[in-house]
Amino acid sequence: MDLLRFLTERSDEIVAKTWEHLQLVGLSTAIAVGIGVPLAIVLTRNERLASPVIGFANVVQTVPSLALFGFLIPIPFIGGIGMKSAVIALVLYALLPILRNTFTGIRSVDPAVVEAGRGMGMTDLQQLRLIEIPLALPTILAGVRIATVVTVGLATIASAIGAGGLGDFIFRGISMVDHRLILAGAVPAALLAILFDALIGRVERKLDIRE
Amino acid sequence: MPAPAVELLDVDKSFGADAPALSSVSLTVRSGETVVLLGSSGSGKTTTLKTMNGLVTPDSGKVFVRGTEIREWDVIELRRRTGYVIQEVGLLPHLSVEDNVGMVPKLLGVEADERRARTRELLELVSLPPDGYVHKRPSELSGGERQRVGVARALAADPPLLLMDEPFGALDPINRRRLQDEFGALRERLGKTIVFVTHDVSEALKLADRIGVMRGGRLLQLDAPGVILEEPVDDFVRELVRLETWS
Repeated sequence: MDLLRFLTERSDEIVAKTWEHLQLVGLSTAIAVGIGVPLAIVLTRNERLASPVIGFANVVQTVPSLALFGFLIPIPFIGGIGMKSAVIALVLYALLPILRNTFTGIRSVDPAVVEAGRGMGMTDLQQLRLIEIPLALPTILAGVRIATVVTVGLATIASAIGAGGLGDFIFRGISMVDHRLILAGAVPAALLAILFDALIGRVERKLDIRE
Repeated sequence: MPAPAVELLDVDKSFGADAPALSSVSLTVRSGETVVLLGSSGSGKTTTLKTMNGLVTPDSGKVFVRGTEIREWDVIELRRRTGYVIQEVGLLPHLSVEDNVGMVPKLLGVEADERRARTRELLELVSLPPDGYVHKRPSELSGGERQRVGVARALAADPPLLLMDEPFGALDPINRRRLQDEFGALRERLGKTIVFVTHDVSEALKLADRIGVMRGGRLLQLDAPGVILEEPVDDFVRELVRLETWS
């Protein structure tokens, strides 16, 4: 009950921080989709580039997130303290699942269907628009879902370089050894992750035509 | 004399370092006839077929469609004007039967109403009652029904030339027989030029005006079924058709 009162007293701040958090996640994921999906499509057309590019995205993913945020601080223009470098780091992390799923999704479209499309006289763009993207969409969305959920969690760490969001509660709670503060950040973050997972998952299943 | 529907002159093709897929294949398909390319897998029959709609580009030699060299064709346009049926059918699984059949007309810019009417007409033609089928998804169809839709789709833009790659190969014997019979009758009515690929000798004998026997990337003989049976050019062709004459 004590915890509940604690949280209610801070509800305004929690809402504000959640909103900040959502902005971080939304912006990062949107940019990652904007880069990842077209890049993956290019890779399906130039398969020799695929393994180095996806390999690079893989390597980025192995860098500890706190370290990556730290690395970005001294870098001029793109780095520094605050939301901008946080978004850059989050985009880098979100890129891999989106890139990999889009690439795999398009590549695993039934070759007979692609062949039929070519035989019908579809241009490359028509093939992409009418066959490959619609059929890969559930897999692409699964990538977006994973990226979003991961970003919700990672964005809490972005607070360490002054990006705001729910991480502020968590870091404050750690330094003040106040578990209620930690929970004030962790619970909404977890709820956000569950929410996104469920919402995007639902769209995914709706689009899946496989029986 | 009008230009032949398809003409190949000395066509060579290799894929990578393997044995050549086609070596100096030359053949002429006359307008309105059905030529069946017969051979086992790896004989080059599918590759030969694919040179005719530009899905395979020859390393050397020439391919003419209706008198025009394939390199002079806008290959996208050529494919839209050429029916193509493959064994796996390749229906777009996310679209209804109607949208599948109407796809090529759509690519050609035909209005929706006209497409719908045309689709119904074509489904009738391949013995699928339109009312029961237009809204179905490919996953709801049997193998035979899928192949019928595949044929309807290939006919949608009323192409003068139909390329068919083992269209009935994945069907059970009863369905295969039925579709062959229906297709034979349909062919008479449509009067189209057809190039048909199969490894099934009886199918070739049944449907062909002329049979082209292929082996190892070469066209061994191109003749009417009777001639192939009576005067095979070599032992391979003789062996290939011998068993069939007894059955």
